[in-house]
Amino acid sequence: MKTELPRKSLILRLTAIGAVLASIVGIFAYTGGWLTPRALTPSSLIDTFQEVNGPHPGFRRNHAKGVCIRGTFESNGRGATLSKAQVFAPGTVPVIGRFALAGGQPYATDAPHTVRSMALLFHLPNGEEWRTGNNNMPVFPVKSAQAFHDLLTASAADPTTGKPNPAKMSAFFAAYPESAKAMALIRDTPVSSGFENSTFNSLNAFLLTNAEGATVPVRWSWIPLQPFAPISTTEPGLADKNYLFDALIAAIHAGPQRWKLVVTIGRPDDPTSDPTLAWPPERPQIEVGTLTIDQIESEDVSPARDINFDPLILPTGIAGSDDPLLSVRSATYSQSFTRREGEPKTPSAVSAAETAK
Amino acid sequence: MNSAKPRTQFALQSRILHWLMAVMILAMLFIGVAMVSSLADYRWLVAIHRPLGIAILILAVVRLINRKLTKLPPFPPTMSPLERRIASWSEKLLYGLMIMLPLIGWGMLSAGHYPIVMFGSVHLPPILPVHPILYAALRHTHTILAYLLFFTIMAHLSAILFHTFIVRDGILHRMALWSRKDASHKE
Repeated sequence: MKTELPRKSLILRLTAIGAVLASIVGIFAYTGGWLTPRALTPSSLIDTFQEVNGPHPGFRRNHAKGVCIRGTFESNGRGATLSKAQVFAPGTVPVIGRFALAGGQPYATDAPHTVRSMALLFHLPNGEEWRTGNNNMPVFPVKSAQAFHDLLTASAADPTTGKPNPAKMSAFFAAYPESAKAMALIRDTPVSSGFENSTFNSLNAFLLTNAEGATVPVRWSWIPLQPFAPISTTEPGLADKNYLFDALIAAIHAGPQRWKLVVTIGRPDDPTSDPTLAWPPERPQIEVGTLTIDQIESEDVSPARDINFDPLILPTGIAGSDDPLLSVRSATYSQSFTRREGEPKTPSAVSAAETAK
Repeated sequence: MNSAKPRTQFALQSRILHWLMAVMILAMLFIGVAMVSSLADYRWLVAIHRPLGIAILILAVVRLINRKLTKLPPFPPTMSPLERRIASWSEKLLYGLMIMLPLIGWGMLSAGHYPIVMFGSVHLPPILPVHPILYAALRHTHTILAYLLFFTIMAHLSAILFHTFIVRDGILHRMALWSRKDASHKE
């Protein structure tokens, strides 16, 4: 047995042990964000969505109003020169997806200028998946999580007027000049009459790597084969809350709707990390395949309701670029997904009766 | 090692497994808790978290088999019967958590309709059907058990530090990677 420790030594040793344990717990707590409660986290960003839109349990916190689709993607094989991903080998793969309107209100009235999205999941023969969320904007309005958060709060409807407060919006654009430029570009891009003739863009840049190991930065666009028609503000259909979704349902019931996938190849010095900037128009483009959507079903019955269209779920041959928003999207989609999956479900605005019409 | 002498240390492979997994599990807990708070680094953290979790699962199963097959050094006489009971129970808890946490993670991704990507195009098959409520329940369980594992490890560390520096019974020697004939301290 050891001799007893002198009192001073005992206290010193106990203090040292306490300090070691407290440091580990402290670093753990710091890593988990408990010591920086004001920092932006996936959870606080989703909380902001909930504050701006009100509680809508069971629904996506953004792009809440949507309808699910199925179809196929037929690759023409030309993408294989850019990427070894199986999706670009010649052949056809099944696709499940979802069209939606941006915003966290699942029962919002369709409006022509609300941002439209097309999320897709490709099941590849080797078991890999490619998930991608695309919007009908030419560029993204923000380039950081903080800017996204500030845009959300600035554009929130003022409780007195029901509209965004113009002073808050000007303050936002003054703080984020890149967003002001991006918004001008978005405003100048003509919006089509519906989902079925919208062009959907990847917005973020990705990296494609081919079988030889060569990597190029790319952005992609889904260009509709359905002819462009401008939005009409005098259509009688506008009285219908779901007029954009109803037109899409009618179009798919009338026949398959198609989009060609066009990959734009960037140069190494193109701004891959900044989705507010357009790439120069002379960048080469390759058409790599055609998406055919021939089925439409309500979220109430489609498995796509419970799919997280995380843009970083990618097959080998496609990787995320250095765009920080990709990680932000991945982290916040996951948070939104975890919350809604555990909540009771209420019927979607676009019901099964509506998609059957 | 001379088998005639009573064992004073865990078997060499047990000690290697202990320290290797200690590093992996602590890294995993920090990565996990960082994933919850991080926006910019989430993509890298989650890409490490999945394969590291499966590696821990495989090693934990190997370790459990090794635990059943090897002889343990006796508890030091400085441990009271109550301490020994607590040590045995916390060992069971640690083994349970080392195996359950990766399994719950794997099951949760299965129920959440996620591909279970290891590296490149290497995937694991789903082990549970796709189900929203099941996913959410497993996701929350994963977090709660991870905190439980962290605090169990902290309790284990506290006990070892207490015995090593206050009781000074050379308990750390049982798990030390090096072999030493004399476990006493220079004082």
